[in-house]
Amino acid sequence: MAYPMQLGFQDATSPIMEELLHFHDHTLMIVFLISSLVLYIISLMLTTKLTHTSTMDAQEVETIWTILPAIILILIALPSLRILYMMDEINNPSLTVKTMGHQWYWSYEYTDYEDLSFDSYMIPTSELKPGELRLLEVDNRVVLPMEMTIRMLVSSEDVLHSWAVPSLGLKTDAIPGRLNQTTLMSSRPGLYYG
Amino acid sequence: MLGAECPKPCKGKWPTPPFDPRFPNQNQTRNCYQNFLDYHRCIKTMNRRGKSTQPCEYYFRVYHSLCPISWVQRWKEQIKDGTFAGKI
Repeated sequence: MAYPMQLGFQDATSPIMEELLHFHDHTLMIVFLISSLVLYIISLMLTTKLTHTSTMDAQEVETIWTILPAIILILIALPSLRILYMMDEINNPSLTVKTMGHQWYWSYEYTDYEDLSFDSYMIPTSELKPGELRLLEVDNRVVLPMEMTIRMLVSSEDVLHSWAVPSLGLKTDAIPGRLNQTTLMSSRPGLYYG
Repeated sequence: MLGAECPKPCKGKWPTPPFDPRFPNQNQTRNCYQNFLDYHRCIKTMNRRGKSTQPCEYYFRVYHSLCPISWVQRWKEQIKDGTFAGKI
């Protein structure tokens, strides 16, 4: 769950989220390297007494600063595409759960075997017990089996909503008249907020 | 309804609709609707020929798992009223 003064992502609960965390670390490292290099060069520029008033061409450095960014972009693109295709892999789910967005609660339907459906309202701040998280606790939680591929179908009964669970790396829009599918696989037991 | 044949490989009970290559993307609206239509068309054809409707149960299981309950209720009302837009 989220905690005060949080800077990074929540701990990963699914393999995809783990991959996303590593990718984020990799890309952020590249960003920090580029920023510190640029900052260093700017500081060098501003603290020199040397001048050169007749610069005509700079073929070598121009080549470098064209090729190097291209390489950096490829280094970012390849893991990114790998994760993108990994998210789209065909996996035969073991369970289907539907969630319908309403103003302003979610309803869940488990209809693989019997018809089970329930509403899930947020617990108002005034009714929270000590230790419960504000704006995150609900009266009826979604219970799912762990280490099983689950198909989540997200839709809405009125306006646009969005169903997200950050620690699983999921966010899917709930659009009225459309059934959006996302796949969920939790690698450990626990209580996850979203 | 619970005695439907499950697609291979399957041991006994119905798990959940398998991956359907006709609908590989995120938008599964058509998957739900198509199976709903296929079920009703299958029932109508089997009844017309006087055969058992047991093979139609697969379509029932798929649309029952995939389609939101409110959508199914609305379509059933429309079929009963004769205002359903699909061709059955």
